[in-house]
This record gives sequence, structure tokens and C-alpha cells, in this order.
Amino acid sequence: MSIMAAPGVKIGLEIHCQLTSLKTKLFCGCSSDYRDREPNTLVCPVCLGIPGALPVVNGKAVECAVMAALALNCGVSGRMFFFRKNYFYPDMPKNFQISQYDRAGGVPLAVNGYLHIEVGKKRKKIQISRVHLEEDPGKLVHLGSIDQSPYTLVDYNRAGIALLEVVTEPDLRSPREARVFLQRLRSILEHLGVFDGGLEGAMRCDANISLAGGTRVEVKNISSFKEVERALSFEIMRQKDLVEKGLAVERETRHWDEARRLTITLRTKEEEQDYRYFPEPDLVPIVITRDFVESARAKMPELPEARMKRFVEEYGLPGYDAGVLVGEKALADFFEDCVKLYHEPKEVSNWMMSDLLRCLYENNLELPESKITPAHLVEMIRLIEEGVISGKIGKRVLPEMVLTGRRPHRIVEERGLVKITSRKMLEETVERVFAENPKAVEDALMDEKTVHFLVGQLMKATGGKADPQLANQIILERLKEVMKKKQGK
Amino acid sequence: MPSLWELTARETVEKIKTGETTAEECVLSIFERIRQVEGRVHAFVTLMEKEALEKARAVDEKVSKGKPLGKLAGVAVAVKDNICIRGTRTTCSSQMLENFVPPYDATVVEKIKGEDAVIIGKTNMDEFAMGSSTETSHFGPTHNPWNPSTVPGGSSGGSGAAVAAGEAVLALGSDTGGSIRCPASYCSVVGLKPTYGLVSRYGLIAYANSLEQIGPFAKSVYDCALFLDVIAGHDSRDNTSVKVPLKDHTEFLKEDVEGLKVGVPKEFFGEGVSEEVEKCVWNVVYQLEELGAFRGEVSLPSLEYALPAYYVIAMSEASSNLARYDGLRYGYRIGRDEKDWSTVYSKNRRVGFGDEVRRRIILGTYALSAGYYNKYYLKALKVRTLIRRDFEAAFKKFDVLVGPTMPIPPFKIGEKIQDPLALYMCDIDTVPANLAGLPAVSVPCGLLGVLPVGMQIIAPPFREDLILQVGYAFEQSTTYKDRRPPLG
Amino acid sequence: MKKRLISKEEVEHTAWLARIELSEDEKALFTRQLNEILDYFQKIDEVDTEDVPPTFHVLDLVNIYREDEVHPSLPAEDVLKNAPKKEKRFFRAPSIV
Repeated sequence: MSIMAAPGVKIGLEIHCQLTSLKTKLFCGCSSDYRDREPNTLVCPVCLGIPGALPVVNGKAVECAVMAALALNCGVSGRMFFFRKNYFYPDMPKNFQISQYDRAGGVPLAVNGYLHIEVGKKRKKIQISRVHLEEDPGKLVHLGSIDQSPYTLVDYNRAGIALLEVVTEPDLRSPREARVFLQRLRSILEHLGVFDGGLEGAMRCDANISLAGGTRVEVKNISSFKEVERALSFEIMRQKDLVEKGLAVERETRHWDEARRLTITLRTKEEEQDYRYFPEPDLVPIVITRDFVESARAKMPELPEARMKRFVEEYGLPGYDAGVLVGEKALADFFEDCVKLYHEPKEVSNWMMSDLLRCLYENNLELPESKITPAHLVEMIRLIEEGVISGKIGKRVLPEMVLTGRRPHRIVEERGLVKITSRKMLEETVERVFAENPKAVEDALMDEKTVHFLVGQLMKATGGKADPQLANQIILERLKEVMKKKQGK
Repeated sequence: MPSLWELTARETVEKIKTGETTAEECVLSIFERIRQVEGRVHAFVTLMEKEALEKARAVDEKVSKGKPLGKLAGVAVAVKDNICIRGTRTTCSSQMLENFVPPYDATVVEKIKGEDAVIIGKTNMDEFAMGSSTETSHFGPTHNPWNPSTVPGGSSGGSGAAVAAGEAVLALGSDTGGSIRCPASYCSVVGLKPTYGLVSRYGLIAYANSLEQIGPFAKSVYDCALFLDVIAGHDSRDNTSVKVPLKDHTEFLKEDVEGLKVGVPKEFFGEGVSEEVEKCVWNVVYQLEELGAFRGEVSLPSLEYALPAYYVIAMSEASSNLARYDGLRYGYRIGRDEKDWSTVYSKNRRVGFGDEVRRRIILGTYALSAGYYNKYYLKALKVRTLIRRDFEAAFKKFDVLVGPTMPIPPFKIGEKIQDPLALYMCDIDTVPANLAGLPAVSVPCGLLGVLPVGMQIIAPPFREDLILQVGYAFEQSTTYKDRRPPLG
Repeated sequence: MKKRLISKEEVEHTAWLARIELSEDEKALFTRQLNEILDYFQKIDEVDTEDVPPTFHVLDLVNIYREDEVHPSLPAEDVLKNAPKKEKRFFRAPSIV
């Protein structure tokens, strides 16, 4: 969905990413594997907020968060503590969230970072104001949509899951930039190994949007990349509409309704939350030494920027291609796995960037959701190299591999897609084609450039299986014969 | 010949070990005593007779099989009703948690069970530990065994009264601003607030988490030391729990205090302290001198601001700690959910919480709210730093500091409850130790008629040995521990 | 007559923030009592705390963590045992509007 130009759009994002690599929740030992579980089966006194229970910090979460902060080029704080963010809501077991704050004596985990994104040909720096840790609330389940249910059911399995909050400055200028930013962030966190963006609900965000120096509106409940462009586009249009009518844009918090695809008022300025932040007395401060930071830095795996450079240097890929491949860790990994089996990086890259990506897009799949494996793609490319099938056939086999995971060999055999290389067979078919298309033959005799029509007809007659080079050759030979005959007459 | 319920913990364990008596006999004697006096005292919210006898029999079986016994074998222990016991309702003396049954044991409960103690019941308290007289309990006040028309102190009034009345040999309480020491003083028993971090808070239903600790009530300083050692110790489930080498505090109990430097802060004898109490406590100081101590006066000027600072901090933390009580996962809930969640929550909390709790939550919310945070909460935390510094300076010159636990003797039930501020003033001498996280004990030091007076002894962090040593030496030189309330 | 530190409206707003309903009588009583108590709290203004850091924690402890190892969660029956209203395995909340 494209957005018409709106003057001076400023978008800032507040992104919550679950640290999905952790085995347990942030403050207790309950398993973090909450998806598709029976409700309220992964809770304990701590994450359920039972009276008397106390939180204890998951050390690995701090490590992951510091690595993420470094990957985002932030300055990591030397000493920080957790704060309570106090508000009532049924998904909150304690009616306060243990989080971090950057005022009232509070210091978040990391500040002043940045990320580069590429939009079209432009490279842009997006500033990150802070990164910190906090806990996820539980989940509300409604019968029907949010404003129609008689009551709400609550499942606290997700309560207490570790979240990394990343807050940007309002440097983004369009919904597209926002989506690109999120994809970049996802790729970085996936390369770090702390996050799996394929898990449902693992990344959620809120956005702050204003137009040309106007009032800032907060939009909450954006649950995925796809939704972010839609939600932001809607909101920009809504604000633009108001401005054009001469009406005021209210400073407020709105909720993105995914089903109805619109934002609705959640809270007005009068009802603005007063979170009454104060330091969490039950948790002692965290001191991050320089040694800890350096050892975290040393442990950091290869990040997308570095990987992209390596793809260019090591595999000779064009910068653009390398950029697309590292845009998603799964793609980059798939690429390198293929190249390990078949040392033609450009060939692999071409197939991935064009047909594979297109096929995934058309079927609304992410690569890990599809059934194709690196071994199979390589096998298919080899079949083409060996002349068993043509490139064109390859393009037909690929989608089936993606959707069913069957080996290309099998597909080719069963569908009889082997390239026809038998001269005799092709010559027979050429005779037929020539007989059926006398005018085309005449045209071709006069202008060789129009021979492609005949080639096309031959391909059609052979179900695309004719070896294109041989087909071309035979047709040209035949045309010469016809010419000779004519001349001989 | 004393009845079994009159024995100390030390005596109980010894007699059970030698076979002179059995755990079951001791526990039956306790319940007999409870039947005799509980109607007048009202120390308990829930009695656990069945569970207690089961545990007592289990202890006796261990004895008969020659198995090693725990340090509290067969000892009847009462537990304040804000400490979670699995399977037994834990109410905080509030309608909000009237039917709440915890699915887990507090760490201290695990520890005392592990030492073969027999838990006999949950004791009455001020609602959610907010009070100094046990008058805000939803289940009605506890009466001071020494004079039932007076308060037993609070908020652990039930625990203090139970031990004083012989309804328990030992009891657990919690102390946020004096809630163990105050009832200990008013009921003439020993009550100790440990150094912050010494005893795990896991399972203590929070009121003000940066200030509170669970601590022991006992009939004697020895028993108190014994009990403290059982409940103290690092707990990985409590982030504010410290790892310190554990001492055997009973080893520090001697009958003299030779060479000990005892400081007497002049601020402990401020305006609100009654003359009789002052005289009583000064007698103690002279007595300590007789026993070999050096006495000196000292000033901690910031103590003048301790009480308002304490209340700002406590109420602020409480407003957040009690936010979870909304009737959704547990707790009081109105009958019909006709309205939206916000209104239902507000109604649940209106009925579930008593006046004092609601007042403190609202004040605490106010103190933390935008625009007031710096003025109240942050300012109070700075005052807290000054108080810690004053104590540190005083402890450079003195080993311990002493003064009255309470500024006035036990007052009549109903006398102060209509005036919240007047009640808050009772905490004037106890809150400083909570603000600074220091260990403090109250030992009986006098009787004004039948009304008990207690003396407070404070030491540097993790020096419970010093306060117990001073307490023991004083105790052994008087007869207060042998006095019994006139309950019959 | 001392200046009122907290008005009735502020008491109402704060009570709403704290989700505690008050009757009209209670609002009046609480406003009076809270003013008295807050007046007493002003005492801390008297002391100079310039350059004094606040004490957030009395202990000197830092970096107390736990391992990222799974521990058993509560058995299902224990979780919902105290719930006043429930439906199947969920807690039942009043509606979200």
C-alpha cells in the first residue's frame, strides 16, 4: 500500500522484542515456551503476582540485552536498576510492570545508538534513544472484538517473558521507512541469536506520528511488519484529513484495530497515564563493567553489515544482492548453505533473489515456513547445469519444491520434464511446427529476427522441454533447407 | 510445677530429647491454654490444631526411632497472618484476602518446618501490617494479655500477645516500622527485627518492601537467638537476601557487658515520650553500667525527620505493593461484574480494604504521582541517607544504641484509632532502624502498674550478636522474663 | 486556617489512579485526614538535602542473578484455586471497554 505524500511526517517507534532465545522468563524460572500451551499452565507465584512472591533477574537476559545494545551502537550504562511502571489492567498480574526508566534517577540499559537503513538508493541513519529490559504482560482473550465482549478471559502464560524495548527518535519519514527499520532490527537481533522473528507476537510496536510540526499521536498495538505500514498509513491519512478540513489533531493515544484496519481512541490527554515510576525495591542494581561489555562484544556473532561486506568480498556478489540476502537471517543462512554445496554464489544468488523470493511472496510465506532446502535448490541448479532440464523448467519446478519440499529429481521424473535433447524427436516436431505455421516460416525466411515465434511454437509443442539451443539450431538449419529448396526450384 | 505451655523453646526441646515429655503433650498443653484464654486475647485468626497434632506426632515418631531432631523439635510456633503457609488461609487480617490460600510456603516456614517446629496457627495483625495497635484488623482487635482493655501493640499484635499469654512458645512477626518491637514492648516479650537482608522475605506479603523483615518473638533472649538462627540465611528466591557467614547467636550470650560502649541518643527521648517511660529506660541504662558497660550520650539530628520520611516511603511502596489486589486472580470480588474492569476493581478494593489501608494507598499514590515524586518520595529517600549516615557516625563511637521502644505505655483500645496521625506518632523511636536497615531488639524492662515497658537496643548491620548480648545481660539481671500477665 | 495541600478533586483523582472507590462521606473525611497527614509530611522539607544522594536500597548488593534454567511451574489446580471467577482454564475479568 502506498502512501500519498504528506508534509513533514515524523514517526518514532517503540518496539518490544521478546528475547526468544531465553529458556525462562525474565524474573522467574517458568519456561518461556508459552505458544500453543493450555492457558495458565506456565505460571508460578512470581509471574502470577501471588502475594509474597519476589522477582530475581535472569542473568542471561542481561547478557542478551547488552549484546543487542552493542549491535545497535548504543552506549551501555555502567549502573542501572529496574523501575516499577504502575498502572492497572487485567493483563498485568501485579498491576505494575517491572521495567526501566530514564528519569527520576533512573538509567536504562543503553542509550544513544543508531541503525542505518536503505530506502531506495538512500542510506539513512535512524537514531535510537534507548534500549532497556522489561517484562511482558499476560494475554487477553475476547469473545468477538474488543468493544463487544461481555467479559474477558485472561491467560498469564506470557506474563513475565523478557522483552527488549528499543525506542527510536522520530527520524522515520514514512510507513515504508518504518517497515524497513523493523526488518533491519529483526535481522540484527536474529543474527545475534537472541530473537526469532518468525514466532507469533515476538515483535510488537507502538508508534508516535505527527505531521508537519503538528500534535503527536501515539498508536498502540501494532503486531507485525505487515501491520506497521497499514497502521501508519491509516493514521497519516486520518491526520491529513483532519488538517485539510481545518480540524485539530488531538494529542491522544489510539489503538490499531487489525481486524477493522483503523485506529480508535484509547485514551485522551485528560486520562493520560501517570505511571508513578519509582525504583523496584525488590531488585538490587545491575553494574555492567567494561570487562563485561568487552567480553559480550567479543562473543557477538557476525552481524548483517559485516556479513554483507563479506558476501561482496568473498562471493563477489553485487552490493545490492548482498544487502537483500542479509536482510533476513534465514535467507543469508540458506544462501551460504547452498554455496557450501555448490560453489557458484552468483548463480545461487540469482535464483534466490528472483524466483525464490517471488514464490515466497506470492504464497505469503517466510523462508523457514517453506519446505525448500539448500540441498534441493542446489540439486535443481545442477540439473540445469547438466542439461537435464532447461532454465525455464527450473522456474516451474521451484515453486513445487517450495510448497511441497519434494526433491527436484522426483518432480522432473514424475512430470516428465526432462529436457528433450534428441535431435530426431526435435526434427520431427520442427516439421510439424513448420507445417502448421507457413506464414511464420515465410516471415522467418525474410527476417531471421522473427524466428523466435517459431522457437516459441516449438517450445509450446514440447511442453517447454526442448533444449532451447538445440531447438534454435534445428530451426535455423531447417529454415536454411527450406530456403535452399526454394532457391533450388 | 510449670505447665508444658509455660516452657521456653530451649526447655521444650531439651525435655523432648530426653523423653521427659513428648511433642504431642506439649502441643496439647498449648491448645488447652488457647482454649483457656483465647476468648479474652483474640491473638489468632486461624488455629491449625489438626495439622499441629499431626506434626507433633511425626516429631514423636522421630524421637522413638532415634532419628536426629531439629532445633525446634516440638516447639509450638505461631505465624503472623501475612506470612504464607501452603494450604492454610493467609489473610493479612483483611477482608481482601479472607479466603486466600497460598499455593506455597514462605522460605521461613520451610525452614522452621525443617527444624521440626509445630505451627499452631496464624496470628492477628493490623490489616496488611498497617498500624501500631492491631486495631485495624478486619477480624477485630487483639487484646493485651496484661490488660485486655489495652492494645497489644502492632502490627504483629497477635504474635506478641500469643507468646505473652502462653498460647505459643515462639512466634513469627514482621517489622516494617516497629511492628515486631512495638508488640514485644507492649506485651513484655522479646521481639527482634533483623538486619535488612538477613532473613528471606520470600513469602512475606509485602507492605513496604525496602523496610521490612520477618523476625522472632520469644519469651527469653536465648529463645530469640535460637529462633533467629533458624530463620536467618541467604535465599536465592529473594534478591535482597544477603550471603553472610551465619553465626550461632546463642554463643554470644553472657551475663555481663564488660567494656561495651552504650550510646543513648537524645532524640529517642523527644517530646512525645512519657516521663514514666523515660525513667524506666534510664534505669536500664544505669543497670547496664553496673554490668560493665560505658554509657554516653549521642545526638543523631536527622532522627527528627525519620517519622515523616518513613511514612512517605512506606506508603509509596505500599500503594504499589497492594495494587495487585483487584479481585481477578484472588481476593475479594463484588458479586456481579456489570461494569467495566476499572469500576469493578475500584469497588472490590473499596470493600476489600479497610479505612487505614485505603488512606495509605491513596497517600502513597499521591506521593509518587507526577509533580510530587521529587517533593515527597525522592526527598524522603535523601533524608533516609542522612539517617544512615548519622547512625554510621554514632556507631564509630558506640557499640550499641539504646532507648525506649515505645514513647508511651499501652493505651486503651479505641483511644487513638480515630486519629491516624496520633497513632503514627507511636512509631517515632522504632522507624529509624527500619530506614537504616539495622538490627534492633525490644526486651522487657519494666512494668508501670500492669503495663509493660520495653527497651530497644540497636546495633550496626549484621551485629545481632551485640543486641542479643546486651539484651541477655540485662534480662539475666532482672526478673521481667519470669513475670506473667494476670490472665489466670 | 492552613492552606489546603490536597483538594477534594485531587483526592478523587488519586483515588481513581489507585482504583479505590470512595463514597461522598469518605471523600470528605479522607480529604480532611490526608491534609493533616500531608501537613505533617512537610516536615521533611526543613532538612537540607542538597548533594545528598537518595537511598534506593540499603544493601550494597549488586548483580544478583539466577541461571536461565527451567523450574517447574505451578500445577494447574493451584493456579485457579483462589480465582473468584473463572472459565475453563482462564481467569475471568469484567469487560474491557
